[in-house]
Amino acid sequence: MIAVAKSKGAGSGSTATPTKPESLWDDVWYALRQNKAAMISLAFIVVLAIVAFVTAIAPGILPYDPYEQDLTQSFLAPSSAHWFGTDQNGRDMLCRILIGTQISLTVGISAVAISLTVGVALGAVAGYKGGRVDTVIMRCMDIMLAVPSILLAIAFMAALGRGIDKAVIAIGLVSIPEYARIVRSQILAVKESDYVAAARVIGDSDATIIFRHILPNVMPSIIVRATLGISSAILDCAALGFLGLGVQPPAAEWGDMLGRGRNYIFTAPHAMLFPGLAITLTVLAFNLLGDGIRDALDPKSRRR
Amino acid sequence: MLKYVAKRALQAIPVLLGLSVVVFLIMRVFSPDPAPVVLGEHATREAMDAWRDAYGLNDPIVMQYLDFLLGILHGDLGESYYTHTPVMTEIMARFPATVELSVVAILVASVCGITLGVVAAVNKNSFIDGFATALSLAGVSMPIFWLGVMLIILFAGVWHVLPSGGRIDPLMAPRGGTGLFLVDTLVQGDLKAFADAARHIVLPALALSMYSMAIICRMTRSSMLETLGEDYVRTARAKGLPQGKVTRRHALRNAMLPVTTVIGLQFGSLLGGAMLTETVFAWPGIGKYVVDCILKSDFPVVQGAVMLIGIIFVVINLVVDLIYARLDPRITYGKEEG
Repeated sequence: MIAVAKSKGAGSGSTATPTKPESLWDDVWYALRQNKAAMISLAFIVVLAIVAFVTAIAPGILPYDPYEQDLTQSFLAPSSAHWFGTDQNGRDMLCRILIGTQISLTVGISAVAISLTVGVALGAVAGYKGGRVDTVIMRCMDIMLAVPSILLAIAFMAALGRGIDKAVIAIGLVSIPEYARIVRSQILAVKESDYVAAARVIGDSDATIIFRHILPNVMPSIIVRATLGISSAILDCAALGFLGLGVQPPAAEWGDMLGRGRNYIFTAPHAMLFPGLAITLTVLAFNLLGDGIRDALDPKSRRR
Repeated sequence: MLKYVAKRALQAIPVLLGLSVVVFLIMRVFSPDPAPVVLGEHATREAMDAWRDAYGLNDPIVMQYLDFLLGILHGDLGESYYTHTPVMTEIMARFPATVELSVVAILVASVCGITLGVVAAVNKNSFIDGFATALSLAGVSMPIFWLGVMLIILFAGVWHVLPSGGRIDPLMAPRGGTGLFLVDTLVQGDLKAFADAARHIVLPALALSMYSMAIICRMTRSSMLETLGEDYVRTARAKGLPQGKVTRRHALRNAMLPVTTVIGLQFGSLLGGAMLTETVFAWPGIGKYVVDCILKSDFPVVQGAVMLIGIIFVVINLVVDLIYARLDPRITYGKEEG
C-alpha cells in the first residue's frame, strides 16, 4: 500500500500542476515519514521481504544448507562459523531462521488476505443490507468469536492436517469476524450519508455503491487492521508450529523450531532464543508500522 | 436488571448452539477417523468397527449430533475415548487449575498495567513513560510460549530460584477443597504448601499476564491522558487539590471506564493464552488438556471443553457489561441493546 502511495506521490509531482490538492495517501505517506519507529519498521519488513525472496529463488546463497542434517554438529553453541549455533540435527540456525522468513511472511500476508477478502465482503453485505441478512451473518460471526481464535485454529489444523496452506486457511478463517465487524460498523456509519443517497438516486447498483462509494471510505481503518492482523497471523502461525501442528518437517518455521528446541531448553538455550527473537522482531515491526499508519491517518493524533 | 440478564442469556443460546455445530463439524465431519488413532494403526478392521459401533460413530451424522445435544441437556457430555471417564469429571478435575492461573494472571496484569499506565500518563514523555511504552510493545509482540520458555531458562535453569513447571510438589498437594491450591492450602493453614504453590504459579502467571498487561497499560495511559486534559480536572487543580488526589479521585475514576471493558475482554482471551502457557509449564489445566485431546482426536472431551469455554466467554462478557453499567451511570440496563 505504501509503495502505491509513493508512486502516486511521485506521479502527482511530475504532472507539473502545483495547485492540485494532494491525495489522502500523499498526506499519510508524509506523516508516516515523520514517524521514525514506523519507518525503521518498514525498512525492516522490506529487508525481511528481500531475504524471503532471495532465499526462495537462490537458496544456494546461504552458507549452509538449512535442511541438511549432520548429527555430529548438533547443538553447537553460537560461534564465528555458526553465528546462531546449530539445532538438534546439526543444521545452522541462522540459515534456518533466514529461510523461515518465507513461511512467516507468506502465512502472515496470505492469511490476512483471506480474512480480509471474506470479512470485508461479509461485513459490507451485512451492514449495507441490514435486516435478516445482517442478523444471520453477524450471528455466525458471534459463534466464531465465542471461543478463543487460537482454539478454533488448533481444531481446524487437527482436522485439516499439517502444512503451510492449511495453516493459512485455519488462521485466515478464524480472523474473519474481526474484519466483518469493523467493516459493518463503518458501513452503518456512512450508509445514510448524502453521497450514498445521491448514488442511489442516480441509479447505481448495490454492488457499485458498496465497492465504488462506501468501501474506499472505510479503507483506512481496514488497512490499519490488516497491518496489525499480519502480526497476529504470524504469532498464531508460530503458536501452531510450537504445538507441532504447523508445517511438515523439514520445513523451517520459527514456531516449529521453538517447539522442537523445547526438549533441550537447558542444554541448548540458543535453539530457543533466536527463533523467538525473530518472531518478536517481525511482529514488533508490523505492530509499529500499523500504529504508524493509524496515527498518520488520524489527524487528531498527528497534532498531539 | 434481571430482565436484562435473562435477555442476554437467551441471546447466548443460539450462539452456543451454533458453536456446538461448528465444533461437531470440525471434529466429526472434517477430522480423520479417530479409530486408528485411538486403537493404534495395527488394530484389525473388525476391532475398529466394533469400537466405532460402541461410540455410535457408525450412526448417521445427524443422529450423532442429536445424541450429543441431548447429552448436553442432561448434563452428560459422553466419556473420553482413552480414559473412559465421563468428560464432565475430566474437565472439572482440571478446571480449577486454569481458573487459578487465569485469575492470578489477570490480577497481575491489572495491577501492574493500571499502575504503570497511570504513572506513565502523569509523567508523560519521561523515562517511565518510555519504559511503559516499550513494555507494552514488547508484551504484544512476544509469543507467549517463547516468553514462558525464556522465563524457565532464566529462573529455573540459570538462577535456580523457581520451579520450571507443575502446580505444586505432589507430596504437598491439598486434598479436597475447592481445587484452587492457593486457597485450599491457606484455608487448611499449610503455609509451606501455600508457599510452594505460590512459587509454582509465579512464572506461568507472569508469562500469561504479559500480553494483557501490555494492553491494559496502553489503554490506561491513553485514557488517563484524555481525562487529565478535561476541564473538570483543571478545575480540581485550580481549586488547589493536591495532584495525587486529582489523579486518583477525578482522573483515574473516569479513565477506568474503558479500562474495565478491556480487562474483561482480556480475561476472556486469557483462556486462549492459557492453552499455550499451560503446555509450556506443564500446568495441569483445561487448556493443556484440550490441546492434548485435539491432537489425540478425543472428540467428546474437545466438544465438552469447547462448549464450556464458550459458556465462560458468554458469562464473562455479560459480567463486563454489568460492571460497565454500574460504573457509568449514563448506561441503563436493557436500553443500549436494540
